[in-house]
Amino acid sequence: MSKNPEIKAVGTAFQSGSRAGENFVWLTSMGLAIGLTLVTSLLALILWEGLTVFWPQRVAVFQLVDGSTAGIAGKTTLAGEVVDYRTKVNHVIGKAFEQEYQLFVGNKDTYGFNFKFVDANAIKSKEYLNDYIVAERLENGRLIGVPVAIAMKDGSTIPANSPEFAHKLEEMVTGYNAQRAKILRIEKYRIGDINYEMEGLRLQEKGVRRRAAGDKAKEEAGLAPIREREAQLKKEYEVLAAEAKALRDGLVGNNLVLRLAGGEEYRQPIGAMLEFYYPNQLGFFGKVSMFFHRMWNFVSQDPREANTEGGIFPAIFGTFVMTLLMSVAVTPFGVIAAVYLREYAKQGVVVQLVRISVNNLAGVPSIVYGVFGLGFFVYFVGGNIDHWFFYESLPTPTVGTGGIMWAALTLSLLTLPVVIVATEEALAAVSRGTREAALACGASKWQTIQRVVLPSAAPGILTGLILAMARGAGEVAPLMLVGVVKLAPSLPLDTTFPFIHPERKFMHLGFHIYDLGFQSPDAEAAKPMVFATTLLLITLVVVLNLGAIMIRNHLRKKYAAGTF
Amino acid sequence: MSTNTRSTDEAKPLTSHPRAHNKGTSSTTTSEEGLIQWNELMPQDNPIPYIRVKDFSFFYGPKQAIFDVNMDMGKNRITALIGPSGCGKSTLLRNINRMNDLVENVRHKGDITIDDDSIYDPSIEIISLRKRIGMVFQKSNPFATSIYENVIFALRVAGRNNRKELDEVVERSLRGAALWDEVKDRLHSSAMGLSGGQMQRLCIARAIANRPDVLLMDEPCAALDPIATVKIEELMLELKKEFTIVIVTHNMQQAGRCSDYTAFMYLGKLMEFGTTQQIFTNPKVKKTEEYVAGKMG
Ligand SMILES: Nc1ncnc2c1ncn2[C@@H]1O[C@H](COP(=O)(O)OP(=O)(O)O)[C@@H](O)[C@H]1O
Ligand SMILES: [Mg+2]
Repeated sequence: MSKNPEIKAVGTAFQSGSRAGENFVWLTSMGLAIGLTLVTSLLALILWEGLTVFWPQRVAVFQLVDGSTAGIAGKTTLAGEVVDYRTKVNHVIGKAFEQEYQLFVGNKDTYGFNFKFVDANAIKSKEYLNDYIVAERLENGRLIGVPVAIAMKDGSTIPANSPEFAHKLEEMVTGYNAQRAKILRIEKYRIGDINYEMEGLRLQEKGVRRRAAGDKAKEEAGLAPIREREAQLKKEYEVLAAEAKALRDGLVGNNLVLRLAGGEEYRQPIGAMLEFYYPNQLGFFGKVSMFFHRMWNFVSQDPREANTEGGIFPAIFGTFVMTLLMSVAVTPFGVIAAVYLREYAKQGVVVQLVRISVNNLAGVPSIVYGVFGLGFFVYFVGGNIDHWFFYESLPTPTVGTGGIMWAALTLSLLTLPVVIVATEEALAAVSRGTREAALACGASKWQTIQRVVLPSAAPGILTGLILAMARGAGEVAPLMLVGVVKLAPSLPLDTTFPFIHPERKFMHLGFHIYDLGFQSPDAEAAKPMVFATTLLLITLVVVLNLGAIMIRNHLRKKYAAGTF
Repeated sequence: MSTNTRSTDEAKPLTSHPRAHNKGTSSTTTSEEGLIQWNELMPQDNPIPYIRVKDFSFFYGPKQAIFDVNMDMGKNRITALIGPSGCGKSTLLRNINRMNDLVENVRHKGDITIDDDSIYDPSIEIISLRKRIGMVFQKSNPFATSIYENVIFALRVAGRNNRKELDEVVERSLRGAALWDEVKDRLHSSAMGLSGGQMQRLCIARAIANRPDVLLMDEPCAALDPIATVKIEELMLELKKEFTIVIVTHNMQQAGRCSDYTAFMYLGKLMEFGTTQQIFTNPKVKKTEEYVAGKMG
């Protein structure tokens, strides 16, 4: 570089932004950089925290210094997964900073808590012992301990050091899992179907009584077939219930005997174990396969234990179905409104006012939409439908209560402005030449719009829909009023007639995050789930958007403007 | 001025229709810019006037774009409209199929008839009028569908969906537009994959698919390369056997090569109208001479 600044200035006049008077390049690029940094660090945090949840941690065994009270119940040995190693939060000012471990110690039923903070000062030694086992179970979270033996129902035992122990335990756990699945099938589907039919019969009975209006003979005549069917169903039910009970009884009796870190003996019914592994014996590939296995369980299973354990499949499904329903509802609405505004309405003050109002609708707090949805869809529309079509079951509401359909409609109102604005833009972008070509061929105005303008505007309309979906899928507040629940007993789509149940309550990832993070009894235990759920919600939105983007690109290719 | 009026009077014998537009031209042209009607210069193969523009004025809001134009366009002839930019050629052309009705706040005076039917006759629907008239625009504007669907668009909107008929129409129209051989193997692929010249011929095929009587072309070659232009010109000579063609062009050679009659417009007025040969070799009006000679533009 030349030392003479003037020569340098001349030489770089075309490269240097500020010399060329382009100072704002820096401003805009700074803005972009700051925005990108914030967004990527947020995403990175969610990605990291959300994914590490599934990575199997080793179990560390700590020996505490003699006489330390930092352990559990006065014991000086404790074992757990190291969650965090950090500077103590509540340290005394003026003293040196102290470090502490956060341990996931599990065994909630024995200890009364899942997490334990231990002063680094109190620790004498830390080692990873190979014989530790971690077991997922139906209740009370994970179990961490050293297996001693399997105590069979008939009194015999298989000691942990016998070669067949691990194999035998695995076999039993797998067998019991299959058995529980069978019980679930019986109780949820077959008994569920019977209950559904019983409920129908009960309503029929009510109807018959009402129509008979005190006429005994008529009432009896009407009730006879119902009674008959009821008795039949009851018999079927008893058979199934007995079957389920037998299976259930088969689950108990065989126990896994363990020694916990403090030396306590613990007996875990094997029938309540979901799976187990030796964390300190896992190699890298073992951990990787465990990672994917856990991830799969998370997305495919139902939640357990007040949602803090298990998977979130119903929430994924609910979010997905709700977002799709919303898109299906909002698109025709928005497109029709935009077509009228842009193509038919006489452009003037009134239309301009309408346009401004629509734009401002996007600024109305979402909870207000929730209140509107509750008042209009749930109470007014749903209430009236109940009155006309489901009179027999009143006062229990059938559709006059929150449900996935009402939630989807409420959110479609919320996202309507986005779709209208995007569609209007897309319509305005369709060239005059294209319209004139259609009109010159003898097409009416509507034919022109329908056959030429709308197809050309389709990619733009889809852009609006993509934005609407992203907005709608992440919305929580209004849903709480119109049908989202913490735990939904059944999905909005299932094998029970009529298969689609738009009136059912549903679970939603956004609400799940709120529920786990702020409503669960053990916030610390729920934290990993919060991140994992957030990651999933983002993934779901991305997947939905990618779907729409793919459709849009396909359309773009099809309707690409010709070039000369 | 009076000479001009007389000259239109003399047109009477050429047609059996009494003409109302010979009186009261409000033109302010000076004598050297005299208005000369084609009638007195009509060659012996004088055709039947098909499109007749009678005392036609047109206004965009307060702005008058066409001043009292009188003009007859012969059946199965190509009439070229020439003149400098903004002189009202497109406006006149787009009035023939009432395309300008789409613009807000427009009004007209006078009348245009096609085959003796007034295009403003309230009993004629604008849609059925446009079905009789095909139009090709300066910027080719095929629809973003297949070549096939582009051609049959006019039939589709008319509710004609007979597969066999449509197939025939596609072949006939594409042959008519000299495009058949180039696209017959990819009729169902997107029209957006065609070249500029092919697109314009596709637009011609689309315009003639419904067998209109009239074909209006607004600078159809303005955006095309010379080879594509020649193709379209050859095509026009072929098409005039079937259609009455009115073409707006900026290209003097083009007007000279393919039109039978040429009308020179200037500032919204029809300055001179005659056979193409006469306009180019022996213009009667000074402005025409200047324009044709390229001294104005
Ligand atoms: N849509 C319109 N609104 C207002 N004025 C117009 C419109 N279209 C054309 N004009 C005006 O009418 C005159 C004639 O235009 P046009 O017929 O397009 O000219 P040409 O095709 O001969 O170049 C021009 O002065 C132009 O500015
Ligand atoms: Mg023009």
